[in-house]
Amino acid sequence: MFGELLLVLLLIPGGTAVLGLLVPGRYGNVHRGMSLVGSFMMLGVSVYLFAMYDYGEGGLQFDLQYAWIENVGIFKENGISLHLAIDGISAPLVLLNGLVAFAGTLISWKIAHRPKDFFILFNVLVAGVFGVYVAQDLFFWFFFYELAVLPMYLLIVVWGSTNKEYGAMKLMLMLVGGSVLVFVGIFAVFTEAGLGTFDMPLLREVEFGKGFATTFFPFFAIGCGVLAGLFPFHTWSPDGHVAAPTAVSMLHAGVLMKLGAYGIIRLGIEILPAGTDLWMPVILVLGAIAAIYGAMSALHQTDLKFVIGYSSVSHMGFVMMGLGTMNTIGVNGAVLQMFSHGVMTALFFAMVGSVYDQAHTRDINAFGGIIRRMPLFVIFFGLAGLASLGLPGLSGFVAEFHIFVGTVPVFPLFAAVGILSAAITATYILRLLGRMALGPLNERWVDLREISRWELAGGLTLLAPIVAMGVWPAPFVDRIAVSVLELPGVEAIGGALANLPVVRG
Amino acid sequence: MDLEYELIIPELALAGFAVLIGASALMFRQIKQEVWGYLSALGLLVLLVLTAVFYMNENDDFANVLAIDNFTNLFRVFFLAIAFFATISGIQYAGDRLRNHGEFYALILLATVSMMTLAASRELITAYISLEVMSFSFYILVGFNKLNPFSNEGSLKYMLLGGFSSALFLYGLSMLYGITGTTTYSGIEPDGIEAGRNIAAQLANFSATTIDPELPIPADVRPGMIIAMVLIVAGLGFKVSAVPFHQWTPDAYQGAPLPVTLFLSAAGKAAAFAFFLRLFSEALLPAAAEWVWLVAIIAALTMIVGNVMAIQQTNLKRLMAYSSIAQVGYLLIGIVALDAPSLTQSQDAATALVLHLIGYVATNILVFTALTAFYNRTGRDDIIDLRGLAERQPYLAFLFSIGLFSLAGMPLFAGFATKFILFQVAFNNDFLWLGAMGVTASFVSLYYYLNVIKQMYLYEPEGEGEDSAKFSIPLPLAGSLTVLAGAVFLLGLFPAPLFKAIDDSTRLLFPGL
Repeated sequence: MFGELLLVLLLIPGGTAVLGLLVPGRYGNVHRGMSLVGSFMMLGVSVYLFAMYDYGEGGLQFDLQYAWIENVGIFKENGISLHLAIDGISAPLVLLNGLVAFAGTLISWKIAHRPKDFFILFNVLVAGVFGVYVAQDLFFWFFFYELAVLPMYLLIVVWGSTNKEYGAMKLMLMLVGGSVLVFVGIFAVFTEAGLGTFDMPLLREVEFGKGFATTFFPFFAIGCGVLAGLFPFHTWSPDGHVAAPTAVSMLHAGVLMKLGAYGIIRLGIEILPAGTDLWMPVILVLGAIAAIYGAMSALHQTDLKFVIGYSSVSHMGFVMMGLGTMNTIGVNGAVLQMFSHGVMTALFFAMVGSVYDQAHTRDINAFGGIIRRMPLFVIFFGLAGLASLGLPGLSGFVAEFHIFVGTVPVFPLFAAVGILSAAITATYILRLLGRMALGPLNERWVDLREISRWELAGGLTLLAPIVAMGVWPAPFVDRIAVSVLELPGVEAIGGALANLPVVRG
Repeated sequence: MDLEYELIIPELALAGFAVLIGASALMFRQIKQEVWGYLSALGLLVLLVLTAVFYMNENDDFANVLAIDNFTNLFRVFFLAIAFFATISGIQYAGDRLRNHGEFYALILLATVSMMTLAASRELITAYISLEVMSFSFYILVGFNKLNPFSNEGSLKYMLLGGFSSALFLYGLSMLYGITGTTTYSGIEPDGIEAGRNIAAQLANFSATTIDPELPIPADVRPGMIIAMVLIVAGLGFKVSAVPFHQWTPDAYQGAPLPVTLFLSAAGKAAAFAFFLRLFSEALLPAAAEWVWLVAIIAALTMIVGNVMAIQQTNLKRLMAYSSIAQVGYLLIGIVALDAPSLTQSQDAATALVLHLIGYVATNILVFTALTAFYNRTGRDDIIDLRGLAERQPYLAFLFSIGLFSLAGMPLFAGFATKFILFQVAFNNDFLWLGAMGVTASFVSLYYYLNVIKQMYLYEPEGEGEDSAKFSIPLPLAGSLTVLAGAVFLLGLFPAPLFKAIDDSTRLLFPGL
């Protein structure tokens, strides 16, 4: 099929960034417009890719390979190649990035300070994330992984708020520190395989010994885990999210954190399956701890963004729990949760941004009754919140249900912990809605205006998949399940469960 | 013996050109001084093109002391290019701050000649003389701003320590001569005939049984060689500014005129590494067991000390000095990795080393040229002076950021791809701990590079009027900055052709291959 589409997916943001360099900074609207057109095209391509992924066939599709360096020095056949392909796990994540990037561009329309630089860096970030999801070569995988982190520092430091210097430096150093481990793991895999290639499909066929795999699995799991907010390496996440500007928080919590979980699947489970026996239960336990710890912390926060930040830690904990089960339902649930949490948290941050820009405070207790001034805001925020606490009919329910069903047979105790933290989520979300939106209108906020057209469009872009996945999860489950079944070491469970309507759609 | 002088025409021509520039500047004092700068740059460019075209795939030997092969040619072109960029960045700076431009450019050209012969040398005495000519040119160049006390201080420190280390180095070479009885690196002529007595063969044939079996040392380690290697590595360590022989570097970098700092940090380092590589692969590889531990320890120390010291710097030149020390640590990993189970793997290490060297040097010239453009305008070089540069001169801030991100090893830029390959080779050749250390060290470096970037982008310009006004970069500097930034991107995104060319040239360093 048209593998070139994946290249197009990288070239659109890359090209937009290069074009942006050439247009002088005083034409702010040109930069916004270019970015909007670019991200709309990306959304189109990613929807097309998601729709056209043939789940009857499974495996890698849209395969495209250009040699970059081969047969020179340490590199043999296919040494380093720009190898792009997607499978059923990356297809929904590509769609997720398309959605969040488009919504993020819409939300960022209001950025007035140096729009040129902002949109260039934003597009570099988007290109990096797309690259990670489609690359099938370890060199380029890591290239894009770092590329996605590269613009974060400037994006936060220049356009951010609240303690931004600290948040940006902490985020940058923790993420790059994590990638040191990934770096070492990649080198070790290349050397151990001895094939002189970074091509991931070829490396997957190599059987790494038990000892090697067990030693180097944590390099990938912890290295990528830092980005995924794996407990106890999650501390950059709330600080970073609070400091970042709206669109960057959206991309960051929505997409970038998923790169980490995706990395654990791609590098850990797929390349070093022999290491999963020992380490995946550890990941599950850490995930359960993060879930309950994140939820408890969110309960204490009064800053809106900190609530969402800790809720992200908690929800990424669910992803880790799902991966840790190492059975089809749990891993399915983890990927579903990656998508679901991505759109939902992006919607959260978009809405928080819109109220913060007017009110210049994010203190929950300072608000009250703003539903009278901003009904649309409350509707979007409320729906995101309901999805987050797992209300049936919205995306969160489908994902979390899978994860808990997958966890019960392996670790019933931790399934209970997970369910408990979902209940705590309900507490803090409902409390938040109650304090902010309902009750008598606080006199301070009589001047609040409704969200802008751009924010409305962005909100609708993100709300649509939340509802769609909630009422009709089949398109997602079909694609994810076929690739999860192909993962080595993942146990096919289900029987009667696999035929539940929610699982089969 | 018939000497084929046509093989060394580039060196002869450049030496003649250097003398010509120096002499005519003295004779024609009424001519505007900057003419000599443009003339030197033009001469370097012409010579660069001619050398690249006419000496491609040459594989010959001049009087058995200079190898004229692809490796030499690669470095000839490389040094000429560095000298070209140094000259361009020097024109405005020299016009504002220096006297006697003719001598200044003549010394740069002379240093370039000696670098070219250094990379070509396959005989100890020739190499030593080239190294000294280069060092003497640098001693004078560092102190060229003679009314500035920092410049004098840097020059004096550099010269005293440099003279001392040269003596050590020479002593090491004489011990090597004592052990092997020859000064020729390797006996294999380009036509494949084994000829004469040479270091590589002597070291390989050295019989371990001559050592007293009672001594508690491994059978393949010779005490005399250990002493020789300690002295040689100390001498070379000084030239490349490896820890603990790095003390002169920050002072010399800070005191020297900026274009000289650029030239010293780029070409001086590249030449020393070209020599290092040829000596350790062509001649000393059979004795790898006797130097690898030493170089490995120095590499590790250099990475740690360079990065830790860089964190505390407030002056941009000193920061770059320590950052370049740290970068030397990464490059030394390439030398260590020469000690591999097979010759092919040794060659992989040499290739990766040269690739990273070129990537690093291109980035370093970019940063220093950008700093020169900034300094020409403001006369300041503290990190804090960069505040608000993104408002005052966005293009310069952008180029600075590219350079610094590349030094930190971020993707899109040269630093990522070349460092990736270098560390991978270290892993392949069983130096896992050193590769892992390099990755960690380059992560630490991100912190201080980000601090510089933060000053440019986060803060508003300080001061009033001239101090915070927008300014423009003169055309020659802007042009060379753009070319360099292009090179940094090209090396980061598409290094394959260069990698292939380097691989072809390093093959000649391993006669057994």
